[in-house]
Amino acid sequence: MTDALNAAGIRADARRERGMLAALAIPSFLILGTLLFVPVGWLFFLSVFGDSGFTLENYTRMVVEPAYASVFLTTFELSGLVTVLAVFLGYPLSYMIALLPPRAASVCLTLVLVPFWTALLVRTYAWLVLLQRRGVVNSLLMNWGVISEPLALVYNFTGTAIGMLHIMIPFLVLPLYANMRAIDRVYVRAAASLGASPTSAFWRVYLPLSLPGLAAGTVMVFVICLGFYVTPQFLGGGRVTTISMKIQSNVATYFDWGAASALGVALLIITAAVFWAFSRLLPLRRLTEIGDA
Amino acid sequence: MPSGALPITVRGLVRRYGRVAALDGIDLDVARGEFLTLLGPSGSGKTTLLMILAGFIRPDAGSIRFGDVEMVRTPPHKRNLGVVFQSYALFPHMDVAANIAFPLVLRHVGATETRRRVQAALDLVQLGPLGSRRVDQLSGGQRQRVALARAIVFDPGILLMDEPLSALDKKLREQMQIELRHLHRRLGTTVIYVTHDQREALTLSDRIAVINHGRVQQIDSPQRLYEAPASHFVADFIGDSTFLNITVCDGVARWRDLAITTAKPMRDGRYLLVLRSEKLMLDKDSSALNRIDAEVIEVVYQGDSVRIDARLAGGEVVTLHELARAGRIASWPSPGDHVRLALDPADTILVPAP
Repeated sequence: MTDALNAAGIRADARRERGMLAALAIPSFLILGTLLFVPVGWLFFLSVFGDSGFTLENYTRMVVEPAYASVFLTTFELSGLVTVLAVFLGYPLSYMIALLPPRAASVCLTLVLVPFWTALLVRTYAWLVLLQRRGVVNSLLMNWGVISEPLALVYNFTGTAIGMLHIMIPFLVLPLYANMRAIDRVYVRAAASLGASPTSAFWRVYLPLSLPGLAAGTVMVFVICLGFYVTPQFLGGGRVTTISMKIQSNVATYFDWGAASALGVALLIITAAVFWAFSRLLPLRRLTEIGDA
Repeated sequence: MPSGALPITVRGLVRRYGRVAALDGIDLDVARGEFLTLLGPSGSGKTTLLMILAGFIRPDAGSIRFGDVEMVRTPPHKRNLGVVFQSYALFPHMDVAANIAFPLVLRHVGATETRRRVQAALDLVQLGPLGSRRVDQLSGGQRQRVALARAIVFDPGILLMDEPLSALDKKLREQMQIELRHLHRRLGTTVIYVTHDQREALTLSDRIAVINHGRVQQIDSPQRLYEAPASHFVADFIGDSTFLNITVCDGVARWRDLAITTAKPMRDGRYLLVLRSEKLMLDKDSSALNRIDAEVIEVVYQGDSVRIDARLAGGEVVTLHELARAGRIASWPSPGDHVRLALDPADTILVPAP
């Protein structure tokens, strides 16, 4: 007998099961394929093929022209600043929510999420109302006598950062909170019993255990910031030009699809590089196993 | 006994959750180097008591002294206690050696000395070569040993253990119990150990405090606790027992119409006779024994012994175990048989009727 009892049939069953699982993923593969890879491929094609055939002109321009350098610099400064501030505001917030009893925690989490459900444009305009020259914030500060002249809080870098920070907080809090919720409090107790003060227990035990969530949130915030368009456009008042705004002006004002495509491709590559750098810096795979330990 | 081992004095410890008193006035004296077990059903308050001793839960009132020092308001990291947690709580982002070195690093012990003491602790728990393993590469029993090594590596005067063996399988658990006994003898640390497993408590302890409803019901040596329980609760919680209502009148103890000879004279009143399954025998025809008629309802062969369930005249069902030894096998009764059970007067245990 060459074949063991029912072996061929059992193998066929396993094969069919795998095939059915793969079939479940086909719709999303199709959508991703047509709506993502085709346009990106087209973008890439546009960026290197001009009227006169193959050219790297769109890319060399990015390196040569100082205007482009300043756009890249602004985008990175803005994204970096917003990410750092989001960490400083979001980490303690997540920590507090994670320590709350479940009911109170879900209320707080909802409060974090409510702005998330409001239209981006509405929130951006709301910041305009708050931050403009005769806006709520300046009026209050002047009434209290804190300042005599209105502060320039909007139509500049500051206003853009404030607006983006507000929008980014949930992106940091959600993954971080999920991570913190999964950290058993017994670890901190164990650290204390071994002689660690609350501060030392935080640095040596809690922070390392929350790093996977912090890394996920940080990457998310930074990457979304890199491609942010609406908020810098409205709160920057023309003084803040990000990569995405440059893409928009290339298309809408100069009808230069080649230059816009090249910027899009550059942004994509930078984003991928950020992801790669983070996954190299943090041994994410090992850290995500903490929950099961 | 190392000079570091400390006695523990607890007075009037109270902890309420809303209207429920988890601890309702606990007084406890633990001698230096003693192994004391807190034994009780779940929800009895034993774990709350341990967590308060460790400093993780604040009591509402009371005093805790380690040696002569009042500790009740001292934060946990200044109590200098070794704690072994039920879930082990090994830090997953550190390897085994780093886990054990953790308390030494916090105490600014030098690198060479730390390495030496970590290795000594690993050797003590028989994990010598596993220092560089990651925590998730260890078996349950190995994690348990690492947790123990980490809790004793800084020579704390007191070791608190919260059901440390409950996650292990039976065979490993029994092996670890014996190892813990040896370890305690070698280290001489004062140990407070929480368990709900009566056999574990009897195996390990110098003394056992039986806790229920947030109070110490009885605190005694394992043997005293088993042979002379002070109350129905203690007699019922420890051991496999059936209770018969006994009345003592004019110095004579009676169950129904049957006179029962007790180990020592009892004052008149109502009692419960504690029938432990291993104290009952099938009648050996000795006139010195108390004898009770019964009808066998179930005979179960259990390998090392035979479990016999029998119904008494009052309807009470008692259990007895006959060792499965040669020569006895032929004489096992069958269900439906009428037998006489014998109880040595020295084995009669009476507790006050509740």
